Amino acid sequence: MKSFSQLKKNLKNDFAALPKVKLAVLGDTATQLLTQAIRGWGYDQGLDIEVWEADFDQIALQINDSQSELYAFQPEFVVLFQSSHKLLSRYNKLRPEAQSSLASNELSSIESMTATLSEQLHCKIIYYNYTEIDDAVFGNYALQVASSFLFQLRKLNFELMHFATQQSNFYLCDLSTIQNQLGKTNFFPGSIYVNTEMVLSLEALPFVALRTVSIVESLLGKFKKCVILDLDNTTWGGIIGDDGIENIQIGSLGIGKAFTEFQYWIKKLKNRGIIVCVCSKNNESTAKEPFEKHPDMVLRLEDISVFVANWENKADNIRHIQSILNIGFDSMVFLDDNPFERNIIRENLPEVTVPELPEDPADYLEYLYTLNLFETVSHSGEDAERTKMYQVEAQRVQTQQKFTNEDDFLASLSMVSLVEPFTPFNTPRVAQLSQRSNQFNLRTVRYTEDDIKKMASSENHVTFTFTLEDKFGDNGLIGVVILQQEDNQTAFIDTWLMSCRVLKRTMENFVLNTVVAFCLDRGFMVLKGEYLPTAKNEMVAHHYPNLGFTQDGEKWSLNTAEYTPGKTFITKK
Amino acid sequence: MKELLAQVNEIFIDVLDNEDIVLSETTSANDVDEWDSLSHIQLIVAIERHFKIRFTSKEIQSWNNIGEMLTSIQDKLNQN
Repeated sequence: MKSFSQLKKNLKNDFAALPKVKLAVLGDTATQLLTQAIRGWGYDQGLDIEVWEADFDQIALQINDSQSELYAFQPEFVVLFQSSHKLLSRYNKLRPEAQSSLASNELSSIESMTATLSEQLHCKIIYYNYTEIDDAVFGNYALQVASSFLFQLRKLNFELMHFATQQSNFYLCDLSTIQNQLGKTNFFPGSIYVNTEMVLSLEALPFVALRTVSIVESLLGKFKKCVILDLDNTTWGGIIGDDGIENIQIGSLGIGKAFTEFQYWIKKLKNRGIIVCVCSKNNESTAKEPFEKHPDMVLRLEDISVFVANWENKADNIRHIQSILNIGFDSMVFLDDNPFERNIIRENLPEVTVPELPEDPADYLEYLYTLNLFETVSHSGEDAERTKMYQVEAQRVQTQQKFTNEDDFLASLSMVSLVEPFTPFNTPRVAQLSQRSNQFNLRTVRYTEDDIKKMASSENHVTFTFTLEDKFGDNGLIGVVILQQEDNQTAFIDTWLMSCRVLKRTMENFVLNTVVAFCLDRGFMVLKGEYLPTAKNEMVAHHYPNLGFTQDGEKWSLNTAEYTPGKTFITKK
Repeated sequence: MKELLAQVNEIFIDVLDNEDIVLSETTSANDVDEWDSLSHIQLIVAIERHFKIRFTSKEIQSWNNIGEMLTSIQDKLNQN
């Protein structure tokens, strides 16, 4: 973990080339150093986070005054940090009979702040949960006394989680876990708090700031999608090629417990939608044997999307994995016990995250927990299906190699697509695609579930979603188009994004044919599109001209009456 | 005291990121541009870490100049 001083030194760097993000920090304790740490981390993560900080203890004032500096600043993100120490001061002043309603009163004030903020601002709220303080007035019995401070604090933390599940723009930052990991004596600086009102130690600040920035990054669509595993001494103990399947340590043999627990963790990530791949220096058949035959293995071949075992250089192998998955290197995590291999990847593929695993496998998990690698801001049922989809994709690639003619191959797939507007059923998936899609995304405007719902009922917007199914399986919802009415004649393509797993399947033509048919029906004679370049979406730089649009100032336009439908092998379901 | 002063001077240079800082026992926060209430916290933590000592909150408030800070450090070191 970087130190606060290192983060502070970042502030002198040149932020000019980085994308700008506006974030406000409102706290009831001194937050100056926190804001420096957040901006410092932003630099390392490739963001120019412009931070506006409310004056000390002005949370309610700033939120309730529609003319406040907060609203003038127009932040995209608002961090609310109400500390446990101030919570305790409020509790201390309560009459004993009022103490047991502390949590519910605090929660309703947080609810009303959230509501006011959301009315005034189109922003995401990041709320710090409460670090634990046990005032030791009741001893252990505090857990059975509803009016004790600890009871109320834990209740509030629990109720906040419940509240967050019902909100579409409210995200909790888990300060309590950071305090757990660092220990309270390292987290809270008593002497400094008394002198300055700061409740976070210099040691804790980088952790808190990083967690905050991770949420921001996730909301901007930047997060980890894939974990790549080494096998020998990472996934199991020992060396399969030397020790043989009976002697590798997993389950009850030797220090096998450490590896079993590690595998359960990977399995949970896989179930959550993280793609799991293997990259090992081994013969393929030897490497696969434990996955197929060892009774104590938690991970099985069906959990692995891409399995690479050979004697080539690991950097080349990870490039190969990347070419199949079609995701950015910066969304990959590589776990390997061997410092030499780790360094090869760091040198050759600096964007891949390569944790410095501890020497003792017993420490792997606790260390990985502290890194908080797999931040996310959404979870949908389709996540769990992802592994299968990538396996099916590998099958498709094999079939394709049998056809010499691309059209014959596409025709053989029997592809169908279901076209629907936004509905309550597809809203979570649409929001997720909007957050995740980086490459095939023309304007990269990110929408949350809340935005999607508004769009679905808006008079000025027309929404389309596209699924794609073929004889190998169902890819699910893979395309989204949002049209915005500019005038009676003109529709603007506010959003056109597609999942990269359906590239080169004539989906672009199918989508445009569908949209143009709709435009003709509604009398839109001009369809306008725009390409906003990002670091990741170069693949669609020529999307509109390729489809027959002509340059129209900064934008592209198409005369819908003159459009000849493009060739597609997809039929409407 | 000279030896202590030199070590503290190094810490100031590092934390405040200014090579030109030259401290004497009479130097106070008014004499060093970068030494404000915020960087003061960083300085305290860095000094605590360097000498493996812990100041009380009262001590943190009490110093009027570097000399008094050095006296606190010396007292702590003598206790060890």
